[in-house]
Amino acid sequence: MENALFYIFAALTLLFAFLCVANPFSRNPVTSAMFLVLTMISMAGLFVLLQAFFLAAVQILVYAGAVMVLFLFVIMLLDIKEEERRRFNRFAIALGGVSVIGLGFILFSTIRESKVGAGLKLTAVKGSDTAALGKALFTEYLLPFEIVSVLLLVAMVGVILLSKKDLK
Amino acid sequence: MIVKRANLSFWERLYLPALLSGLQVTWRHFSRTFFAGKKVTMEYPEQKWVVPEGYRGAPYLVRDQSGDTKCVSCQLCEFVCPPKAIKIIPPGSSGKPAERANAEKMPAEFEINMLRCIFCGFCQEVCPEEAIFLQRDYSLTGLSRGEMIYDKEKLLALGGTHAGVQKWKHKLDEAKEQETFPVKG
Amino acid sequence: MDWINQLNPTMQFAIFSMLKVCVVIFLAVMPIVAYAVLVERKVSAFIQDRVGPNRAAPFFVKYLPVVGPFLVRLGIFHPLADGLKSFLKEDFTPAHVRKVYFWLAPAIAVVPAMLALAVIPFGSTLGAQKMVIADLNVGILYTFGIVSLGVYGLVLAGYASNSKFSFLGGIRSSAQMISYEIAMGMSVIPLFMLVGDLNLSKVIAYQADGAWLVFKQPIAFVIFLVSAFAETNRLPFDLPEAETELVGGYHTEYSSMKFALFFIGEYTAMIAASAMMVVLFFGGWTLPFAGLDQPATTLVMGFAHIGIFVTKMLVLMVVFIWVRWMLPRFRYDQLMDLGWRRFVPLALANIVVTAVVLWALHAK
Repeated sequence: MENALFYIFAALTLLFAFLCVANPFSRNPVTSAMFLVLTMISMAGLFVLLQAFFLAAVQILVYAGAVMVLFLFVIMLLDIKEEERRRFNRFAIALGGVSVIGLGFILFSTIRESKVGAGLKLTAVKGSDTAALGKALFTEYLLPFEIVSVLLLVAMVGVILLSKKDLK
Repeated sequence: MIVKRANLSFWERLYLPALLSGLQVTWRHFSRTFFAGKKVTMEYPEQKWVVPEGYRGAPYLVRDQSGDTKCVSCQLCEFVCPPKAIKIIPPGSSGKPAERANAEKMPAEFEINMLRCIFCGFCQEVCPEEAIFLQRDYSLTGLSRGEMIYDKEKLLALGGTHAGVQKWKHKLDEAKEQETFPVKG
Repeated sequence: MDWINQLNPTMQFAIFSMLKVCVVIFLAVMPIVAYAVLVERKVSAFIQDRVGPNRAAPFFVKYLPVVGPFLVRLGIFHPLADGLKSFLKEDFTPAHVRKVYFWLAPAIAVVPAMLALAVIPFGSTLGAQKMVIADLNVGILYTFGIVSLGVYGLVLAGYASNSKFSFLGGIRSSAQMISYEIAMGMSVIPLFMLVGDLNLSKVIAYQADGAWLVFKQPIAFVIFLVSAFAETNRLPFDLPEAETELVGGYHTEYSSMKFALFFIGEYTAMIAASAMMVVLFFGGWTLPFAGLDQPATTLVMGFAHIGIFVTKMLVLMVVFIWVRWMLPRFRYDQLMDLGWRRFVPLALANIVVTAVVLWALHAK
């Protein structure tokens, strides 16, 4: 049952992600954004299968519910027209192909090196996983957590700085 | 003109006074309607609005005190009617004589298209015979356009008798006096 | 009923979940939506010195001597007539719309509102069944996640309609929903700091032991209430619809059942918001006397708990309805000002104060 669900959600995630970047039926940016939302939701399904309910809920809440709405907002406000089918130039194809192969190689070797699934065991978290996650974030991973927070803060300040035209 | 916005106090900026007075007003109206049953609306088909005197509703033809058609088919109303809602067919030389004594003729047909009528009252104002009046009828309905063209019979039936001003009664007396010429007194 | 006991637990769980979903949606939510519309029309009528709907009379009314005319005066049959009307009206699709999204948007507007109801514990137990469709450990986060998806229905409707009024409505709704989601999400954090769990059943159990959380966290309640108004697009925050400015806002181009779906979505969202508030702030299905604060052992008690929950929820829905006829619409900058410059700092301050108080209590 859970295996079947995993394959269903994984297939859906990949399908929606593909339709998001290379939809053969529509070049509409809003359609791409909506498929990205569906990708997020399918990924939340995968998190649920991993018993990570908190992550699943936050995935939907933050990515599907907030970030993508802002994406849509921007797409609509900028009035991006349907993208025309451009003719690909050879240089771009070559460059893209090389970077895909390079990235794929890095990913593949990383996965092989780390031996996914070998030493990994799903450990049942005592009580709610929210509490465990909170403990982990604020003890073991405090430094990375704080660094990410500062990074976000910097980004925010930067945006404000850029959007204020008459800054003295 | 620039209207200066009043500075709100802290209390007012909490929106609380506005909320409270809003609650007060709505509750007052709610309780008045819900518990005391006072309402400002009327349940139309059952209760009908009594229109005030002088209301300009639908124009109808009226009969005189003896029940005869007052209209003499002079066609002034047809002429003055701004939306051309009135159509009069005169009797012609071989038509029926007027019902009323002292009138030369009466219309063979008199139609008012109530869809065109704008209830301006010009016809009433212009009528020398006081034969057409804008009456209190404000609810004109029909299922087709044809039904909304009121013919003479309908107009007369709806108009009723209008015995208030009896212009020709005195004219008749005067005319009779004319016969015994020279006029006495 | 023996065959149910013979099934394995997974099947039993599936059957009972299905049953609960059907009962909640078709026997609770839909009728409440229909009659909430009636209450809305009646309350608005009374507040405006009118009578309200009192005409719809199906054929059988004339066989009921005294009750029939009374029910007609109450407008009991109007929701039926409304529903029938929206089914039978012409479903008009304007030529200039983006068809796919135009068809999708009403469905997307309804589904999240209904999904959000899944984690609400609407009663204690009936027999062996817990009266909640999905007793998730992250109940509140699930609700926020699902509710945040509700905005897509509005935004897509605005985008798909391809008209300026709809578009402005969609844009407004996306900005408004995101802004108030933040305030709403932060307002409930102190609650869960007190309770120590995200599971909504635990929240109710906590309130059954002590006082209702509305008394412990009044600021959180106010923020949550106002944000709920904004999230459900109800006056005074109905800027996405704003009849006086945007014709009908995001649903300007919609007709017939598609329009009705937006309506159902709005009222279901209202139900969900009221139910959330009952669970979070008003003790859920409990009452602090007559032993009503313990899980039911008998069927009668089980139904009593459901009744208590529904009553509390309906009271809050009347608040929603009443406020609509009480307050004028906010200006857009006032809306944003209230959300970002007042509620977000207030909610943050509430979190900090609660944390400090909890820390002080624990330190002793």
